[in-house]
Amino acid sequence: MDPKQRLEYWRKNRLLIAILLAIWFLVSYVFAIFLAEPLYAARIGSLPASFWWAQQGSMFAFVILIFTYAILMDRLDRKYDVHEEEEGA
Amino acid sequence: MSVETWTYLLVGFTFAGYLYIGYLNRVKDTRGFYVAGQGVPPIFNGMATAADWMSAASFISMAGLISFMGYDGTVYLMGWTGGYVLLALLLAPYLRKYGKYTVPDFVGDRYYSNVARVVAAVCAVFVSLTYVAGQMRGVGVVFSRFLGVPINGGVIIGMAVVSFFAVLGGMKGITWTQVAQYSILICAYLIPAVAIAWVLTGNPVPQLSFTFSDIAERLNQIQVDLGFTEYTQPFQTKPMLDIFCITFALMVGTAGLPHIIVRFYTVPSVRGARWSAGWALLFIALLYTTAPALAAFARYNLLDNLQGKTMAEAQSLQWVESWETTGLLKLEDKDGDGKLLLTRDAATNEIVIDRDIIVLSTPEVAGLAAWVVALTAAGGLAAALSTAAGLLLVISSSMAHDVYAKLINPGASEAKRLLVGRVMIFVAVLVAGYFGINPPGFVAQVVAFAFGLAAASFFPVVLLGIFDERTNKEGAICGMVVGLGFTAFYIIGNRFFGMEPWLLGISSEGIGTVGMVLNLVTTLVVSRLTPPPPKEIQEMVQSIRVPRGAGTASSH
Repeated sequence: MDPKQRLEYWRKNRLLIAILLAIWFLVSYVFAIFLAEPLYAARIGSLPASFWWAQQGSMFAFVILIFTYAILMDRLDRKYDVHEEEEGA
Repeated sequence: MSVETWTYLLVGFTFAGYLYIGYLNRVKDTRGFYVAGQGVPPIFNGMATAADWMSAASFISMAGLISFMGYDGTVYLMGWTGGYVLLALLLAPYLRKYGKYTVPDFVGDRYYSNVARVVAAVCAVFVSLTYVAGQMRGVGVVFSRFLGVPINGGVIIGMAVVSFFAVLGGMKGITWTQVAQYSILICAYLIPAVAIAWVLTGNPVPQLSFTFSDIAERLNQIQVDLGFTEYTQPFQTKPMLDIFCITFALMVGTAGLPHIIVRFYTVPSVRGARWSAGWALLFIALLYTTAPALAAFARYNLLDNLQGKTMAEAQSLQWVESWETTGLLKLEDKDGDGKLLLTRDAATNEIVIDRDIIVLSTPEVAGLAAWVVALTAAGGLAAALSTAAGLLLVISSSMAHDVYAKLINPGASEAKRLLVGRVMIFVAVLVAGYFGINPPGFVAQVVAFAFGLAAASFFPVVLLGIFDERTNKEGAICGMVVGLGFTAFYIIGNRFFGMEPWLLGISSEGIGTVGMVLNLVTTLVVSRLTPPPPKEIQEMVQSIRVPRGAGTASSH
């Protein structure tokens, strides 16, 4: 693999990580902690919205984030031909 | 059949199962002993990780803790799940590519320094030891509560079972027993939760019935009527900044805990490590999203059944009677007005509820059969044993692999290394059992320490080791010393010497966040003021960033 390709692969990986971690920060720290009081009046189901993010939504989002990363990286690995010969998953 | 008979039956049956699985998975080489031969399929590694992660405290005490903390219980819910995102995106795939046996292995090689290796090994042992003492105690407590066995007897039974499958099977035996233990503990948790959701709201899915039923609103109303604030009101126990810092420290600490990181060495590929983290969090979230629903339902149910009732009315409920005898529920009509009243003031409060009762009493409150109550006991034991086993392996591998095989006797034969590994795990069981029987008063105090330490030491060093090729030995060592030193100073000063939490009121649970930032900054700055790492180290960093070749990198 030539160094330019390698660098590009790594840059795209980091960009994906940055985007996913921004969402991670948003659903947990922003929705559930920094905006706990402003979002309290809004409702998700019958729960205050910030409470729902704090005790339910953030955890669903975390699971989705990890699987999203796994799926998108599978594609990126193949595109740059750095995927593993033996498939383990 | 009585609850006790069922409990003996289920506990006996599950223990026999763990022993059998351990026997089937006995290993003959160090690769099997430390990383299960790197052949664990990602979904099963996810189950094993979930069991490894969820301790007796998660299983028995967390829902109760949340029901007393309300909104602020989120520090544990988010703090103990969000770290898996960091692990999956920032650490696990690269450490798997690197492909050795332990976290100190990576630290020692990446920073070409045996000092760094030893510091990492000592941290790993310390973190794991503080944790494992509580687990062995947990085994004893479950035995005494459900079977009337003295706590010490329970601890010894637990030690015997763990040492059998851990000594014989190492990581491989531990992994497959953890898979079985996860299945037991999740059933034991979900069955009562589904039942109580069904009884209270008519919707059997706890997460949905919590979100869409009016239980939370009714609970808020009861609390307001009693002079408390609403159950769902944020920042009642701690200020926002502290909630932020604690959540962050727990997340980063989770991602830096060696017994969790090593689980990702056991899958066959880099791709497997990414998927496995997803499975792990899915299996963990099954319990962690159920816990807050259970917390609110059980609190509502307790208050609804007890508040304002006469003593005779309350005691006519069968579960009230049985939990009063355990001392976890105390009812006393202090003002003599004939009614029970929950108040904020301990002097006048007439309903005293131990937090553990939330999970333990749910099967009875929901009117479930005796075998479900017994399953709760088996689940609590599974949670405690699986976490203990994972921690014991880290203690053993740090001593036998990182210290003995790498430093003391690098020429040792494979057979001798394996023997030392087995002996060390047995020694670790004895030490853990000793602390289980004689719990040092400081155990509860140092749990914050385990997370703070992991957050302020391992996480930044491993992270920069992967993402910043310029980070060198000098930077990493200075960073660890500063991060650890500051965190340890703050926690010890605060917990043992009555030092005020002087830094913006951040509590000792949350200070790991600051320690981590200090470590990161120090490492980056010092690395840039000193010579870059050798060329082969920079090449190694390049190679762990691409997945291909993980299979060959592991056979060393």
